[in-house]
Amino acid sequence: MTMTISMTVNGEERSGLCEERTLLVTFLRETLRLTGTHVGCDTSQCGACVVHLDGDSVKACTVLAVQAAGHDVTTIEGIADGDTLHPMQQAFHENHGLQCGFCTPGMIMSALDLLKHNKAPTEREIREHLEGNFCRCTGYHNIVRSIAAAADMMATGKA
Amino acid sequence: MYAFRYHHAGSIDEAVRLHGSCEDPGYLAGGHTLLPTLKMRLAQPSDLIDLGTIDALKNTSTGTDTLIIGAGVRHNDVARMTHPIPALAGLAGQIGDFQVRNRGTLGGSIANADPAADYPAALVGLGATVITDRRQIAADDFFVDLFETALQEGELVTSVAFPAPRRAAYMKFPNPASRYAIVGVFVAWTASGMRVAVTGAGARVFRVAAMEEALERNFSPDVLADIQIPDDGLNSDIHATPDYRAHLVTVMARRAVALANA
Repeated sequence: MTMTISMTVNGEERSGLCEERTLLVTFLRETLRLTGTHVGCDTSQCGACVVHLDGDSVKACTVLAVQAAGHDVTTIEGIADGDTLHPMQQAFHENHGLQCGFCTPGMIMSALDLLKHNKAPTEREIREHLEGNFCRCTGYHNIVRSIAAAADMMATGKA
Repeated sequence: MYAFRYHHAGSIDEAVRLHGSCEDPGYLAGGHTLLPTLKMRLAQPSDLIDLGTIDALKNTSTGTDTLIIGAGVRHNDVARMTHPIPALAGLAGQIGDFQVRNRGTLGGSIANADPAADYPAALVGLGATVITDRRQIAADDFFVDLFETALQEGELVTSVAFPAPRRAAYMKFPNPASRYAIVGVFVAWTASGMRVAVTGAGARVFRVAAMEEALERNFSPDVLADIQIPDDGLNSDIHATPDYRAHLVTVMARRAVALANA
């Protein structure tokens, strides 16, 4: 059955049509046209679809859109301040934390949830946190470096 | 995914009532097994009853020697909370990945009874009690077979009561891709004796009496060194043969005892 649902996305109240079986990632990409959130594996393994649901990082391919109705969603499009990149985005840029960029939105949204709970993670903690995010280009080294740099920037306010 | 009807349950009573009024319904907890199953069209429920906003399923309470965790409490909540059973926090923090732990719940995990899930080892290892909307079930009686529990049609797990052990630890050999246990062993020195519970190796979680007896004599990894469980009926798949799993049971049990003593 087609229905209209509403949720807060990146601070704005957004509504759109969906079915009961519509996935949150499909609703974000195809209904709201927020295509920064990617679909990689569609089996909750690769992490390209990570968004924040009520502040927690989740895989949007494994949440129904109706489950997010009435809740607060943040996507990669919602973290920059106008033209000023979020420190995490800036750190990925400066540390060559991406090559093809497909995994990057999920990496960044996942990394932000790490720093929410652990403001100064060790390299090992960063690597463990990223177990649900796959990158097939970089070998992770520069991603880990980017997240550590972002943690520094965010801690010292140099962003 | 096949089409289904979606219901938002506001309370435990409403969820159970809705379940009784639908043709072929299913409860939706964290959805991290159910939704992938539906995507592959391996199940076709007529109705899904979402438990996600029932606050009564998210309560946790700590008594002097018991920890009661609501069925709707997520793995990351258990991993982060300060509570009297650190081994349980350690186990919860090893389930899936961080995002899976932000959605997956205790109740969903045990009701699904995946043979490779982690929580069943903790429930049986600690001698926990499963509390449902209508009764209490000892963990030893709860897990019946592959993906089969003692739950009746429509019966809803509401919480689990874990007695605090003197010492306990969980060790698993994870599948490197899914993080499910190829073999996981929960060892506990409890008020009612030693308990050794194994997940991942068989169709359901099981205890190893020979190891429990050895630990009664001496709670040390060394006493388990020569105890090999038979590999009859153990799981066989592309990841591990039955005899490899049998070997891992001893290895993980020894490591768990060492960790519990650390």
